Amino acid sequence: MTTESGPNRHGYHTFALGEFRFERDECFAHVVWPKGRHLLPVDAFLRALQRDVAWGFFYGIVNFDGVIGTVNHYGTVDLFAGRFNAHYRKAGLDYTESFATPLIQRAFEAMLEDWTNAAFDPFASPAETGSALGPKNGSNKRAISRHRVTAKRMVGCPGDEPTRSDERGFPVNRHFADVEQDPPDVEPEPGFEGEVVAFNLFAYLSRSDVTWNPSVVSVCKGSLYCPTTEEYVLPVIHGNDRVEWFVQLSDEIHWEVEDRDSGALRARVVMKAGDVAAMPADIRHRGFSPKRSMLLVWENASPELPQLYATGKMPPVPVEF
Amino acid sequence: MSQITTRFGSLDRWEKGGVDVIDDDPRNYVFSNVFEVASRAKPYEKVAVGKNIEYVIEAIRAEGISAWRAPAQDEFALVMDGEVEIHLLKLAAPGIVPAGTRGSVELGSTPAGKKMGRVRARRGHMTLLPVGAAYQFRADRPSVILLQTLAGRDTAERWSEICQTTATRRS
Repeated sequence: MTTESGPNRHGYHTFALGEFRFERDECFAHVVWPKGRHLLPVDAFLRALQRDVAWGFFYGIVNFDGVIGTVNHYGTVDLFAGRFNAHYRKAGLDYTESFATPLIQRAFEAMLEDWTNAAFDPFASPAETGSALGPKNGSNKRAISRHRVTAKRMVGCPGDEPTRSDERGFPVNRHFADVEQDPPDVEPEPGFEGEVVAFNLFAYLSRSDVTWNPSVVSVCKGSLYCPTTEEYVLPVIHGNDRVEWFVQLSDEIHWEVEDRDSGALRARVVMKAGDVAAMPADIRHRGFSPKRSMLLVWENASPELPQLYATGKMPPVPVEF
Repeated sequence: MSQITTRFGSLDRWEKGGVDVIDDDPRNYVFSNVFEVASRAKPYEKVAVGKNIEYVIEAIRAEGISAWRAPAQDEFALVMDGEVEIHLLKLAAPGIVPAGTRGSVELGSTPAGKKMGRVRARRGHMTLLPVGAAYQFRADRPSVILLQTLAGRDTAERWSEICQTTATRRS
């Protein structure tokens, strides 16, 4: 997938995927396609790329910014430039190419590995990592290949995802030093030790070493609780292909909500602890969290949903009243 | 550097954000607050604060002793405020939950079965309410549970009462 036999003068390889070409220099990622070119600050690009890779292209659209991004069709992935930008579309400069998921996954993983320097952790909050800028300087494989938490039933259940602790390499984050770490009192009767299960979700989240990374902690059929800890700015603009819900568990996040297809601003949603809000199926959103906060992202993983929403068989809002 | 404080909500103290509309209907965001909902609910009312087709998140005001309930699938109870004791009982006759049930059913009395144990859960603690078991909540003082489940016959939906409906954000 690299186009050259060796790295460029900054030490980075150039990658080609279909008609798209990706180059990086010391400061920027450059994206070239048959009708145009675009550049993004390389730290922002790597943060977005990290999430797209780790999430398996997530639900719906992952906009790296207002121009570049991916659409997940669950088997294939569209890589696009300008597709969800009204101005690019009007000018005829938008371009989309579809790839089998394993192909684009491998290309993105290779690019992420080659372009991430030793000091930079694209999953960490900007306050907790070194710089992404400069010439090629080592690599950070450990940071970019973290285990993705996907509980099958609930964190802490026998054979399922474990809880977090100092011993397991998850110290309490600096912004959550005051979060209670006490476990629930679990008192099973003999013979029911593995069936009476509870854990401290807030302590678990206080020990998260990443930001903006929803991970499954409990599964109620197709209903997935995917809490995450958030700090600074969501590195992607997430375009929905289904309704998504947020429950603010602690602190505060401001959401900028735009029309999914045109980018026109629709609303700002301010969420404080205990607030619940739906994100409709026809929007895209980006979050801003002034302090590290705990957010419960609630997803319906039913595979038929994208088609139902796309064909108008389901309204884009979850409740009409 | 100032000391950093994590802000959680509670029945006694919660702040609500809201929707600042630019070009939309605020009802599209179905915006509510679990503590506000629980503060106005009757004990153990199951008030939906989130709905995604057949799935719901319910805000439950835990106060006193609840009826026994049996889920048709795993449910998960997250304590958002206070302290709740959760008693679990392995059903001798799981068929007490009719086939096709969604969510859970209330049982008229303590069902036959074997005691599985109990969990004392405080803020932030999540407890598995397993299929094939019955559960009962007990709370000495008003507490709040967020329940991950499916909409059942006892789920209360009163969106126009609990959600922001006007363009101006309420503080």
